[in-house]
Amino acid sequence: MMKRWHAAKRLLPLFAGLVLLLSACGREDLSAINPQGPVAEKQYGLMTLSISIMTLVVVVVFAISFYVIIRYRRKPGQNDIPKQVEGNHKLEIIWTVIPIVLLLILAVPTAKYVFAFAEDYSKDENAIKVNVTSHQYWWEFEYPEYGIRTAQDLIIPTNKKIAINLRTQDVLHSFWVPSLAGKMDTNTEGNLNKMYIEATKENVYRGKCAELCGPSHAYMDFKVKAVNEDTFKAWVNEMNAEPKAWTGDPAAYDKFKTSCLSCHALDNSQSLGPNLKGLGSRESIAGIMLNRDNVSEPINQDLMEQHLREWIVDPERVKPGNAMTNGMTGVEFTDEELDQIVDYLSNYKLDSLKEINKQ
Amino acid sequence: MAHTTHTVKRYSGLMDWLTTVDHKKIGVLYLIAGAFFFGIGGIEAILIRIQLIKPQNTFLDAQTFNELITMHGTTMIFLGVMPIIFALMNAIIPLQIGARDVAFPFLNALGFWTFFFGGLLLNLSWLIGSVPDAGWTSYVPLASTTYSTHHGVDFYVLGLQIAGIGTLLGGINFLATIINMRAPGMSFMRMPMFTWASFITSALILFAFPAVTVGLVLLMFDRLFGGNFFEVANGGNPILWQHIFWIFGHPEVYILILPAFGIISDVVSTFSRKRLFGYSSMVFATILIGFLGFMVWAHHMFATGLGPVANALFSIATMLIAVPTGIKIFNWLFTMWGGSIKFTAANLYAVGFIPTFVMGGVTGVMLASAPADFQFHDTYFVVAHFHYVIVGGLVLGLFAGLHYWWPKMFGRVLKEGLGKATFWMFFIGFQLTFFVQHFLGLTGMPRRVFTYLPNQRFDLMNLISTIGAIMMGIGVLMFLWNVLVTSLKPANASNDPWEDGRTLEWTIPSPPPEYNFKQTPLVRGYDAWWKEKMEGNTEMQPAEPVGSIHMPSPSILPFFMGIGLFIAGFGFMFAKDDFNNALLNGLFNNYVVAGVGLLITLTCMFLRSVIDDPGYHIEKEELEDKGVKA
Repeated sequence: MMKRWHAAKRLLPLFAGLVLLLSACGREDLSAINPQGPVAEKQYGLMTLSISIMTLVVVVVFAISFYVIIRYRRKPGQNDIPKQVEGNHKLEIIWTVIPIVLLLILAVPTAKYVFAFAEDYSKDENAIKVNVTSHQYWWEFEYPEYGIRTAQDLIIPTNKKIAINLRTQDVLHSFWVPSLAGKMDTNTEGNLNKMYIEATKENVYRGKCAELCGPSHAYMDFKVKAVNEDTFKAWVNEMNAEPKAWTGDPAAYDKFKTSCLSCHALDNSQSLGPNLKGLGSRESIAGIMLNRDNVSEPINQDLMEQHLREWIVDPERVKPGNAMTNGMTGVEFTDEELDQIVDYLSNYKLDSLKEINKQ
Repeated sequence: MAHTTHTVKRYSGLMDWLTTVDHKKIGVLYLIAGAFFFGIGGIEAILIRIQLIKPQNTFLDAQTFNELITMHGTTMIFLGVMPIIFALMNAIIPLQIGARDVAFPFLNALGFWTFFFGGLLLNLSWLIGSVPDAGWTSYVPLASTTYSTHHGVDFYVLGLQIAGIGTLLGGINFLATIINMRAPGMSFMRMPMFTWASFITSALILFAFPAVTVGLVLLMFDRLFGGNFFEVANGGNPILWQHIFWIFGHPEVYILILPAFGIISDVVSTFSRKRLFGYSSMVFATILIGFLGFMVWAHHMFATGLGPVANALFSIATMLIAVPTGIKIFNWLFTMWGGSIKFTAANLYAVGFIPTFVMGGVTGVMLASAPADFQFHDTYFVVAHFHYVIVGGLVLGLFAGLHYWWPKMFGRVLKEGLGKATFWMFFIGFQLTFFVQHFLGLTGMPRRVFTYLPNQRFDLMNLISTIGAIMMGIGVLMFLWNVLVTSLKPANASNDPWEDGRTLEWTIPSPPPEYNFKQTPLVRGYDAWWKEKMEGNTEMQPAEPVGSIHMPSPSILPFFMGIGLFIAGFGFMFAKDDFNNALLNGLFNNYVVAGVGLLITLTCMFLRSVIDDPGYHIEKEELEDKGVKA
């Protein structure tokens, strides 16, 4: 028994190290060092190159450091005066030239990819164009070619370039989907940015805002849902169809219309708040309350309804500083009305996304 | 020939500290004030780490968290580490170049008091309840009145302007001091590395601080007087702020790290009993770093979208800085090579600095590659990188310098055993805190988030990081304890307590008399004191006979000039507020308070201009009396 414990104790650091290593690679749908698309792959390639060169440097410096520290420490009683060396031209030239060579090795691909990633696909016929508009604290996605507008979940076809135009409606934000591509700021008029992303696998990727934008900066998440081309086409058609009919109490619908649709939209028009079309097929409520943790599980209907209720009842608690808190002042829902609104929205699903949502 | 003697009122006690123009006392003031703000910044850091110890922690709310990260960054950089750098520069540089004081003692005091009152104004935001919350970079539009309606950013804008005056004055003063006040024989290429590094740092301050001041003034006009420099709706441009901020902000990094390079050079060389390897290449590397430091600011803005040409150029320019930095690293290693290295607490910090700083340096080169930076930017990878440079680099350097020069400043050697224990506590805590943060960033955690969702594989690494931060906190407390117990010991440190001292500060008593050198020394080579010792001399050769020494007279004016700006800052900030109180409205709304504050400062400037200040002399007899007593 004792022996086994000793063995375990010896294995414990190894095990801890392994856990750390595993978590150090991160989630497939979130990590920049687990790339899932060509842009992120090239960036990862550049990272590996630079990490390799830098590891070499670190190893050399650490080796010399340890050697020097151990070899030349003053022993007790030692009181000699070491030789006072002024310098050594040969050595100094070596440690000037070698770093320059190492940096050249890194500088060439750096320059190459700087220009590669600046490629503009917004005129490319084969690329899907998306206008991304950031708001405190949500993301608006417009597909100008299809006349579609949605929010929080960016639906894209796999293996196609997605040409993105970025702008902000208020303060600066930054659009970042680590597993697909590095980030780019959403600027104000006059300094607008472009970028492109591409996903090779059908999956749901996690996106984040990467520029401090106010109290709920941490909660400004979004998702990129990469689906196959047929699904994408079906989704486009569905988004262009009439909104789902309200089947409940007409009086509650009036309340829904005056209270919610004054800021939100069910069609593709521009609205103050996020578009609600197909809300029941989204990965999250308010971008941050996840309806499932992993794409391998189905979207949890009960959880979604619970999230939606929490959000409508007290948006400030969920996402401090968001605009809905003010928008909701003076709006009171009866339990009945709330039930019907939650029921309508959470069941407003898009057939095209049922497969990836596993609903 | 006798001098015309002037009687000058000499103060004692508190008044002595408020009126002093002695560089050594101002150094102590900088140290106390810097340590105070460093403590505040440290508490803020611990609170941040406690909030992030687990996912969806509710220890702090989002707004408070943003206030804490903003104030942690601003306080640590402007009010914590920079004043401690100034403390060491003040305490040591005149001694290293064989001078009796700085070039402008009055200006030196003024610099301290404006820094102090600017810092105080900024930190009073906690008591008044509206705290800066737009990050230490204070990017607009988030920092504009449209999105930041409370006074938080006003405190930032006004506090930093006032504190910035102090820094700029300090920089100018040290430039003038090092150029003009060197002892006979102390040529530029015989100056100790700490003096060289401080010289370059002062030049960087001279060029970088006006940039941030301009930025702050523009932001102040936007916020207080309805300007439109950054208001998009009226044709302003937020990217302009980013450029101005980083044109200052990047050199600022070198303003911080160069003095640490200087400290490490002196400490490593002293405790290896060896001349600094490649002294002249060290000097040129320092100059080159300072020069290149002004050409790379846009690498903080790769994700801003400057276009591929700018990104490529700034990438390569940034990588170039690695070359002179590498030269320095290898020169330190080869200073130790073949030496006889004594591991005092000071040297432990210095030796610990080298690999840690290399870690921060190599991640810096990784960040320089713009396409990869699109992934690193604004994530915990960047947080890890700059803490490796600023804490692993500068703060370890400062601890090394403080342990090394403590006996010179206070006449007492800090406890060695406790110092070494402190080093290990702080050093291990530091590595735990920040090493894992590289991976947090790479696996998708943005910086400046007040919380994070579970199941993102962030939990364990954040826990480790928080444990490390607490260890660093304990380390700092241990250092304070060391200071406390040491201050209870008798002040009996010898002139050269490390016995291996190489430079002029080790030739005079610890702490030095107010005139530093009874006779200005004659410098006969690099490492002047070491050279004399090796030739069997027990003291420096004097460059002048013993004579009466001219001293600057103390003055309370700098203190009041600082107070005046402090009051004016409050006046401008609240000039548009409605207090529901006739008295307060009358005072603030009519710019009465602002006017009174400015009047105080201007009156002091007037008095300083019209009142002749001939200073006073310490006579030969007095010097010899002291000599007998000592």
